[in-house]
Amino acid sequence: MALEIIAGCVNCWACVTLCPHQAIIEAQPHFLIDPLRCTECVDAHATPQCAAICPVEGVIVNELGDPLNPPGSLSPPARFG
Amino acid sequence: MPTPSTSNPTAPISGCASGRCGSSTQQIDELDASTAQRVQDHPCYSEEAHKYFARMHVAVAPACNIQCNYCNRKYDCSNESRPGVVSEVLTAAQAVKKTLAVAAAIPQMSVLGIAGPGDALANPERTFATFAELSERAPDLKLCLSTNGLMLPRYVDQIAAYHVDHVTITINCIDPEIGAQIYPWIFWNHRRVTGREASEILISQQQKGLEMLVERGILVKVNSVMIPGINDQHLKEVSRVVRAKGAFLHNVMPLISDPAHGTHFGLTGQRGPTPQELKALQDDCAGDMNMMRHCQQCRADAVGMLGEDRGAEFTLEKIEAMQIDEHAAMGRRIALRAAINAELAEKRAARHAASAQVIALHRATVSPGRPVRMAVASSTGAIIDTHFGHAKSFRILEVTADSVHTLGTRAAAQYCGGEADCGEADNTLARTLASLADCEVMLCSRIGIEPWGKLEAAGIRPDGSHAMEDVASAARAVWQAMLESGQLANAPAHQRRA
Repeated sequence: MALEIIAGCVNCWACVTLCPHQAIIEAQPHFLIDPLRCTECVDAHATPQCAAICPVEGVIVNELGDPLNPPGSLSPPARFG
Repeated sequence: MPTPSTSNPTAPISGCASGRCGSSTQQIDELDASTAQRVQDHPCYSEEAHKYFARMHVAVAPACNIQCNYCNRKYDCSNESRPGVVSEVLTAAQAVKKTLAVAAAIPQMSVLGIAGPGDALANPERTFATFAELSERAPDLKLCLSTNGLMLPRYVDQIAAYHVDHVTITINCIDPEIGAQIYPWIFWNHRRVTGREASEILISQQQKGLEMLVERGILVKVNSVMIPGINDQHLKEVSRVVRAKGAFLHNVMPLISDPAHGTHFGLTGQRGPTPQELKALQDDCAGDMNMMRHCQQCRADAVGMLGEDRGAEFTLEKIEAMQIDEHAAMGRRIALRAAINAELAEKRAARHAASAQVIALHRATVSPGRPVRMAVASSTGAIIDTHFGHAKSFRILEVTADSVHTLGTRAAAQYCGGEADCGEADNTLARTLASLADCEVMLCSRIGIEPWGKLEAAGIRPDGSHAMEDVASAARAVWQAMLESGQLANAPAHQRRA
């Protein structure tokens, strides 16, 4: 059970210091998650920490490939007027 | 977004018409004595100091814990100069090495700041490890940091322990309804918080952090990004509140919202303020608080004098090869600083003597000619050394019979330097001219024939005859020549047109 970072990650580092298991690997072209270390935070937090701070939609996915921050989830609401 | 490391003030300035008082030499003179002493060699706080002292930012803080609608965490372009943009992220050890290398090569170095590219306090290990080592190895350098304030209350004691004496907090609002239009989310207590609740938490942490810093005697500057239609009117209230709590300077900066930067505001057409709107708001706020108008909105890894960036001389690869005698370098810095401060003290004394004389003269003579606004192309603000077409920004001066006063700086519309290749050169020039519409003279080292004509057509007279001269002396000479030729009897061209 592990999350995965996919293309679209902008290497902003926000997840690196938060990961309770040091599972985030600094890599090019984008950061990666070590599947042997990642627990999806089930043992540590109410929600996976990398996905809770990631500023980009769609780039952290679960084992089914479903994004934890789906399209539209992080965008500001449209402004009126 | 990373809080721009540009920088902040205290008591109301007395005896100074609001709107005339930027963070000028006069303003520094009028800060209370201990604050003035602390900012006198800080290039970001003292307009006077920025001509003599250099600063650098080390990019040890990549992560950010909030999202601002004016920031895109993706952008990293070495051709750009703006807050949040950085070329290489450093570890604390690399940052220490780079700082010592720069401070050995540039003895004017007086300030080391951590301003991102994320948030200094969202990366507390690297930020404080850098401060800890530098406070041992280069104790003469002033340390400062910029933060969005979310984690500030938690780290105030550590900030005090490392003798960080300047903290900049970016405060864009104190009303969560307005905040909800600026911040889509924050990361708080291990979860993402959105909407109004996010802004309530952020605002409360910022205000608490501000109060705690002031209690500990740490200088606090407040940065605000002016976003027309969202917080422009509200920033006057922000100014009042942060001043009442003891911030010593308020720096209102224009929103940068080029769609090419990919920010939410950029992509949704939220415009930035015109230079005139920015100045009007700064004037309104100046009635309450010291304002700082020479802010350059520099990169989170800028190196050198304000308005220049020598970062490319100090890449990791290059500093590896440098041999540095830390102790000798610190000796050179301390000696240079003492000499500069002595020179500045002399100038200050002379200025006070002169202002007393000017008052006496004014009573006896008729009006000596109206003020003239001039734009200057200069890399450091001291010498007219820049080609019009190469200038990244222009310093705006207001020149009168007895003073040369800096109103602020305005960015040239020239982000990538490559727009000529994109077929947008004309458009770029038009945007630059629009931002200088209230100026009558353009002082630069050289200028091409085509822009020359366009400037003249816009009522701005280009003047390249003072190349490599001192900015203030040249401005005075140009003003005098205009007076003698009778040009100051009429209103400026742009006002006559209006």
